[in-house]
Amino acid sequence: MQKSISLTESIILGCIGLIGFIGLWHGLSVSGLFPSVFLPSPIEVYDRFMVLLDRRFAGATLPAHMLASFERFAYGFILAAVIGIPLGLLMGWYQLLDEIVSPLFDALRFVAPIAWVPFAALWFGTGIGGPIMIIFAGAFPPCVINAYRGAKFVDPRLIEAANMLGTPSHRVIREVLLPSSVPSIISGLRVSAGLGWQSLVGAELIVASAGVGYMMVQGQANIQTHTVMAGMVAIGLVGLALDSALRLVERIIQRRRGLDQ
Amino acid sequence: MGVIEFKNVGKIFGSRASGFVALEDINLEIRDKEFVAIVGPSGCGKTTCLRMVAGFEPATDGVVSVDGNPIKRPGPDRAVVFQQFALFPWKTVYENIDLGLRNLNVSRPERRERIDAILTLMNLTAYAKHFPHQLSGGMQQRVAIARAYVLDPDVLLMDEPFGALDAQTRVVMQEELVRLARKNPRSVLFITHAVEEAVYLADRVAIMTRAPGRIKEVLDVASIRNAENWDSHEKIEDVMDLESFVHLRTHIWRSLREEKAAQHA
Repeated sequence: MQKSISLTESIILGCIGLIGFIGLWHGLSVSGLFPSVFLPSPIEVYDRFMVLLDRRFAGATLPAHMLASFERFAYGFILAAVIGIPLGLLMGWYQLLDEIVSPLFDALRFVAPIAWVPFAALWFGTGIGGPIMIIFAGAFPPCVINAYRGAKFVDPRLIEAANMLGTPSHRVIREVLLPSSVPSIISGLRVSAGLGWQSLVGAELIVASAGVGYMMVQGQANIQTHTVMAGMVAIGLVGLALDSALRLVERIIQRRRGLDQ
Repeated sequence: MGVIEFKNVGKIFGSRASGFVALEDINLEIRDKEFVAIVGPSGCGKTTCLRMVAGFEPATDGVVSVDGNPIKRPGPDRAVVFQQFALFPWKTVYENIDLGLRNLNVSRPERRERIDAILTLMNLTAYAKHFPHQLSGGMQQRVAIARAYVLDPDVLLMDEPFGALDAQTRVVMQEELVRLARKNPRSVLFITHAVEEAVYLADRVAIMTRAPGRIKEVLDVASIRNAENWDSHEKIEDVMDLESFVHLRTHIWRSLREEKAAQHA
């Protein structure tokens, strides 16, 4: 049996990993093995990050770039959830729809969101529409798949109970499949937020005229690698915050249903 | 009305050529407002009988009907109480009981009235806002019975409803069910492997053979119960001590033991 790890222990271990990583990074960058433009030191990146917080670069400050990115992300992610979750539940309930949609969906989901860039730009422009479509392409599949799995793995006895009570389909979907799938849907949303956020930055590297990705491209063009890395740090921090927020939602929902522990 | 009829019913799981024959030539009629229990060795297909009336499984041969209408799908005219309760964990006690009434498009005030009445009858009023996981097994099964009874169904189907409960709770529930069934009689099909339970609760007890399940014999308990005035005893253990009860129970035990012996032979 493995010994269980307490919360404080897990925080300490996490910090050790982080400090070790930064230490290694710092050691490599000051060792003189590479020019600093190849690998800016953590201190340089930190300083740059702080500078960018209130100095404009590529047309805006870092928080403004992040806000622009986050707005696109929010639209794309919400659109993916609003369309993907109902579609997944419906596919889990209506076998006919499942048979029609599944093969198409299974093929499309292997196309990397970034591959949609040319069409996203053509169809929806490089302003807000194009990037939203790319985020949607990244965030959509996990929403569908997890809602579908949730609906497929509902306790069959609950379906029988609903049927014997004469429950119509729309009500079974909303009041049995949906609540029963909540844990699966939330973990889908976590994956979906991660993929969406990743695709966003990819999208901004190509389209868009503001956003963290755009800022990084401009940094690259100006051979400012510390700006690029400051952008990476910002992406990582927002991603971590998103995941923590969704994990919190997951825990609250589990607790409310008495399913924790 | 609520006359359940099995006419030459057979059930094969899998293909007709190589599948498992679960039931063969079942003929049984449950009269209106009659309480019939089916007992039999495990795996004899007694639960399958109930599931066919519920509309969860189609019959392979013959016809299962209620009031002459062959059963095609599940519906609230045939309410089911499951062994594992099957309450919706995300709905409160009140909401669990409410769902069936909402499906029947009963008006809100009438729903409230009927739910309040059944909550009182089942001693659940204080728990209306609780979630199933906050209740004991016995309480949860009480909610499941309330959820079925509130629909005022012609037919009530109970699949080993007390099988998951501890011995003490089981006895309390059996006494309550007798009280409920005498006060508010329905056509009940009750599946159990507990012989005493069947004799205590049912008007007639059908004994099934091991697979392929057939009905071996049907015993009339109601006439003996009425002749010996079992219902004048409030407690189940007093009824179980009566000579007429012991006699019936022993008869069923012997009959089931023959099935066991046949299985091992």
